[in-house]
Amino acid sequence: MEALKNLRICDFTGQLAGAGATRHLAAFGAEVIRIEDPVNEGRWDILRGNAPFVDDRRGIELGGAFNNHNVEKKAITLNLRTDEGKEILRRLVEKSDVVSENFSSGVMDRLGFGYEALKKLRQDIIYVSNSGFGASGPYQPYKTWGPIVQAVSGLTFSSGLPDQPSAGWGYSFMDHTGGYYMCISILAALIYRSSTGNGQWVDLACTEAAATLTGPSILDWSVNKRPTRRDGEPNSNRNAWPKMAPHGIFPTNNIDTWISLACRNDDDWTQLRGLIDDPAGFDSNYDTIEGRYAHQDSLEELVSSWTLVNSQNDLASQLTSINIPNAPVRNPQQRIDQDENTADWGLWPTVEHTQMGSVRVDGLPVHLSETDWQLERGAGCLGEHNDEVYGELLGFSSTKLKDLKSQGVI
Amino acid sequence: MNDAASVGPLEGIKVLEYTGEIAPWAGKILAELGADVIRVEPIDGSHTRWYEPFLADTPHPEKSLFFWHYNLRKRSIALDINSESGKKIFLKLISDVDVLLEDQTPGHMLELGLDYPQLAAVNSDLIHAAVTPFGQNGPRSKDPAVDLTILAGAGPAWSCGYDDHKLPPVRGGGGQGYHTASHWAVIGILTAIIARKELGKGQYIDVNAHAASNVSTEAASYSWLVAEQTVQRQTGRHAGVRPSSPTQVKAADGRWINSGVPARQGKDFQKTYDWLAEAGLLEEFPEAPLLQLGATRDGFLNLGAISSGEDPEGAEIFAAGRAAMVLLIKSLSAYEYFTGAQQRGFQCGIIYSPEEVVQDVHFIDRGFPLEIHHPELNQSFIYPGVPYKFLGSPCEIKRRPPLLGEHTVEVLLETGYTPENIEVFQSENILG
Repeated sequence: MEALKNLRICDFTGQLAGAGATRHLAAFGAEVIRIEDPVNEGRWDILRGNAPFVDDRRGIELGGAFNNHNVEKKAITLNLRTDEGKEILRRLVEKSDVVSENFSSGVMDRLGFGYEALKKLRQDIIYVSNSGFGASGPYQPYKTWGPIVQAVSGLTFSSGLPDQPSAGWGYSFMDHTGGYYMCISILAALIYRSSTGNGQWVDLACTEAAATLTGPSILDWSVNKRPTRRDGEPNSNRNAWPKMAPHGIFPTNNIDTWISLACRNDDDWTQLRGLIDDPAGFDSNYDTIEGRYAHQDSLEELVSSWTLVNSQNDLASQLTSINIPNAPVRNPQQRIDQDENTADWGLWPTVEHTQMGSVRVDGLPVHLSETDWQLERGAGCLGEHNDEVYGELLGFSSTKLKDLKSQGVI
Repeated sequence: MNDAASVGPLEGIKVLEYTGEIAPWAGKILAELGADVIRVEPIDGSHTRWYEPFLADTPHPEKSLFFWHYNLRKRSIALDINSESGKKIFLKLISDVDVLLEDQTPGHMLELGLDYPQLAAVNSDLIHAAVTPFGQNGPRSKDPAVDLTILAGAGPAWSCGYDDHKLPPVRGGGGQGYHTASHWAVIGILTAIIARKELGKGQYIDVNAHAASNVSTEAASYSWLVAEQTVQRQTGRHAGVRPSSPTQVKAADGRWINSGVPARQGKDFQKTYDWLAEAGLLEEFPEAPLLQLGATRDGFLNLGAISSGEDPEGAEIFAAGRAAMVLLIKSLSAYEYFTGAQQRGFQCGIIYSPEEVVQDVHFIDRGFPLEIHHPELNQSFIYPGVPYKFLGSPCEIKRRPPLLGEHTVEVLLETGYTPENIEVFQSENILG
């Protein structure tokens, strides 16, 4: 059984922060109908038609990221600048459980499809808007994308090494995570509707979602008046809460090839000490966690002197054999093509895209014993499901479909 | 608390949480959405009650700010789950809840005699979510892991760090490997609650933290999956297949700005020129005429034509736009630049530290900083608030995190035990 088979979503999302939310619902069987503008060929979503590409072909249908984020969705085109287009959208909203979007805050209102308007079309509609700063407050009109959300929320600041600028995240962590919060918003609102019959508007602000992810730092300030902006902080490869040492990312005998390891307690350290040959004898400060934590600079030098003369693979197998948490800093090839754990999980399924052919995509990191996810179909091409949605769902005749096409409505 | 307070969209959903450090974030999110989340702790308390930082830096199981944050709004019962009576109580609690959330090492629930088949036998509607580093059955399922090793082994650290690759890759801070696994646990649980209506029973959810971070690395994954290209880390910006230009600039007050993308279209060059004029910086900026030239251009500059050398004038205009942006940042405070740029339509961000977020006017205006009262301490503290406004069913519960075993008696009474039963368990040290 598909977990969400009776659910229909009228989906305006794009990029990753939005499209990444409804993809998971589609993977669990929801009918996600993604609406795109025929005039600019859906280019509001900048990923459409952009790299990476499977081969030498280029074009609006061939963007690899777009395919990844829009698997299993239906793609329709609709020109909302026209009255006819707006009327068709009204018909579609009447038949949808959820309207989802991640435009800049206020765009849906300007289109005439804010929550109050949607509610008139369907009383129990669930409307989920996902924006950087939310639908109220002084920064409501401000524009964001992942790295901006991360910057303003404290996440970028929390990632880095002392005496260096922030390392940030190296990618849009908050586009993925904002998508997860959007997905949670939709599901929670559906559960509420199922028990009360009531729809609602959920105003999700990605910066706030991000700011919940640094909670102990905020409390350390609000309770102890200790700010994270202070000398020597942050060093996010170390771990203060709880204290662990050594705890970090260490060089191996190959260029730019690294291993992470963590000693959770004195027993882990005793085990690790057995692997490290220290001719000078071990500093007695290292016997306790307080001592190791206070002397991390020298401790890390000692650990590095051992890791530097070993290969990444050897280090990983030695550390695993004595039950110390460790992992190579895996590059994409290592974790996608050479990691038995992700392969065993089925984490990189292949989908069929009408024009791209067979392409591997991100799978889901959960397995449900009775209603698991499935990813088989790639992202829709522009208007690929127009006939199905407008014909079968809205009951338009083939003549009407032809007229709408010739009028540039779809 | 006002009796009429709205609880949240998950009002009526009951969750039993038996976690260590990986999945309490999932329980916190469920509690924030209005579920009744009951955390089962050992008699002497969860070991995470001993995680720093502490109130006034005084280690104490009721003073861990780490525990506070991850357990806001939950209830706590203290139970010796290893005793036979304790197991019976656990099973009786299971018969009364919708969801079990746990993050025990694979095999541990079976050793306790509390694995999914035995739990489903007392409650077929139960949704059992198990969050582990590598999943239940995979080849590394019993290997030890912590947040750092998950983020290193699953991709995020590969993409994070500095242009100088002699510096190590960086683990993003704040426990995000555990958080990402927890986010997926919540998605799985809510999906199973919806499916239960038609399915007529609950199910088992296997949540794999290593897999969760693996599919949360954006271009690092799909560049390899689609085109076998490898991204490389760069200071404060997206790891890329090809290098990109720096985006972080230090402002006049020493704080940093993520500058976003510089001007690319005519009106933006005009706005940049005008801003330089307003700030009295035109004299310091000899390239200003290039901005005026840019203002006469139609549409967007074609970055492809700029990098291929086909549009040398465009290249000069683009470079002038970037230089003007850097000059403005260096001349203004970070906050002045952030708000000034955004008000002019330029996407950019101030790099705030966590505590600066909850002091910012926007987040205060939205009610994001949440004041939580701790009656025993007779003090209130600011917590990060709720990131989504469910306008039809807001979460208004402000219960502080639970004291150890604070709700043991209350929950057992609700589950059908009598005060006499409870006294006996207490005398046998099965409850705390």
